[in-house]
Amino acid sequence: MTAVSGLSLRARAFILSVLILAVALGIWELSIASSAGGDGKLTEYELLTGGGAPKAGVPPPSEVLVKAWEQLSDPFYDAGPNDKGIGVQLGYSLYRVLSGYLLAAAIAIPLGFLIGMSPLMYRALDPFIQILKPISPLAWMPLALFVIQDSEASAIFVIFICSIWPMLINTAFGVAGVRKDWVNVARTHELGPFKTAFLVILPAAAPTILTGMRISIGIAWLVIVAAEMLVGGTGIGYFVWNEWNNLDLTSVIFSILMIGLVGMALDAAFAHAQKAVAFNE
Amino acid sequence: MNTPFLSIEGLAKRFPSPDGPEPLTVFENVNFGIERGEFVCIIGHSGCGKSTIMNVLAGLDEATDGVVIMNQREVKGPSLDRGVVFQNYSLLPWLSALKNVTFAVAARHKDWSKEQVRAHSYKYLEMVGLADGAEHRKPSQLSGGMRQRVSIARAFAIQPELLLLDEPFGALDALTRGTIQDELLKIWRGTEQTVFMITHDVDEAIYLADRILLMTNGPYARVAESVEVGIPRPRARDEIVEHPHYYKVRNHLVHFLARRSKEMAGREHATASGRPETVRFDEPDDERPAAPTLYAVNE
Repeated sequence: MTAVSGLSLRARAFILSVLILAVALGIWELSIASSAGGDGKLTEYELLTGGGAPKAGVPPPSEVLVKAWEQLSDPFYDAGPNDKGIGVQLGYSLYRVLSGYLLAAAIAIPLGFLIGMSPLMYRALDPFIQILKPISPLAWMPLALFVIQDSEASAIFVIFICSIWPMLINTAFGVAGVRKDWVNVARTHELGPFKTAFLVILPAAAPTILTGMRISIGIAWLVIVAAEMLVGGTGIGYFVWNEWNNLDLTSVIFSILMIGLVGMALDAAFAHAQKAVAFNE
Repeated sequence: MNTPFLSIEGLAKRFPSPDGPEPLTVFENVNFGIERGEFVCIIGHSGCGKSTIMNVLAGLDEATDGVVIMNQREVKGPSLDRGVVFQNYSLLPWLSALKNVTFAVAARHKDWSKEQVRAHSYKYLEMVGLADGAEHRKPSQLSGGMRQRVSIARAFAIQPELLLLDEPFGALDALTRGTIQDELLKIWRGTEQTVFMITHDVDEAIYLADRILLMTNGPYARVAESVEVGIPRPRARDEIVEHPHYYKVRNHLVHFLARRSKEMAGREHATASGRPETVRFDEPDDERPAAPTLYAVNE
């Protein structure tokens, strides 16, 4: 007991995490092993209805691990349209997410500055934002496909439209909330509007803006899976759906894990950036 | 010279009243002048518009009526010729102390090299005693006194013609306040800048200022009197209380704040010229200042 309590909180939390993982995987593994074993004897009815055919079941974690090893040892192979490595699929998804996201940032941050600095623009644009914001990004998909006529660009558009709102709103909020004192410092030092924006307002609002950017990247990564299931072709979302059609649940579970890992990495990158611009008053 | 370096003429600030056609007048008919190199304090109760006058001088606010003329030019908008030390320091919290000063110096001297800006900033940080490693800390890692020092260094480093201080020591403890007051005086003497300062502290005003402006209570506040301190410089904190003028000036100020600022409030008491009445204490007629007399009470 003393040996455990002597460890740091961090070490104890780590041990507990490992324990929870081991127990969860153990239960998963055992429950599948027990349900797989039938008594072998089939009734005539079962034979007639095809009950003897092998059933697709949820794979045990051991199989997922084998699959993961197999996939991760060669992540970038490309053997035709329906057979690409997990790395290639994730790469397509990341490319779409980042293009849509950066496009959104390029518009949302300057527009957010404008809205944040001008009470007139804030009031004028607010109703549009309030109506457009709650629309599920996937609802735009049919319209995007019809107007853009290109599934690839439509997926990027969907990412764009879903990631623009948190960035826009947070930028406007952050810029509007910059303390008057700091703006006065810029004024008494005769800074022009551009210098004021870059030297005072941007650093002052940066923590709020980055919070919006972090929320946006999270939403974009959530939406890309669904968008790719619709547009098909490439990407991790398409891969999950394709493996479901193949009834390869091992691959499906493996992909789900990978989606989680990439999402975590994206979030961690933004958490890091947030720390870099944070300041205490 | 007939016209002073800084001249405030007929300044007034009115706000549209929410419940009537008559606007709410914070102050009106404010007239005074400040000579170059003078250190002037202004005292008055909260709400009399001291800070508004200062913001008008800084160019951050606009008066409803009247003009401010500095160096024969009307003051319009903020300018690097007028440095401001704000009550809450107003340092940029994402920049280090040094960067806060270089920010100002670079704004003033756009043609200077990075090294020049840095050296100049260091010089002023040294003057306020902040060049021993503390200059690389962010404002949040500095004490209140150190923040105010940075703020003063920033204002002096741009070498403005007029320095505006809005209750700069209000949030500091008495010891720190004393030290920074001394530093302020030291820098001021070295640079011969003109200083206009708001304070609530009567002793601080007497210690620092050449002249103290007294404002009546608002609404319709105005600068009623201009008290000349008349204590020679350099002043030592422990010696000025011995000066025959000290308690006369102090009693006058306290009396004004406690009673006359209220009695003189309102527009009907304003003098025709609108100029503040000059109060000067002549040479002492007795050696010692009038000490408060104590009475033994026998029941």
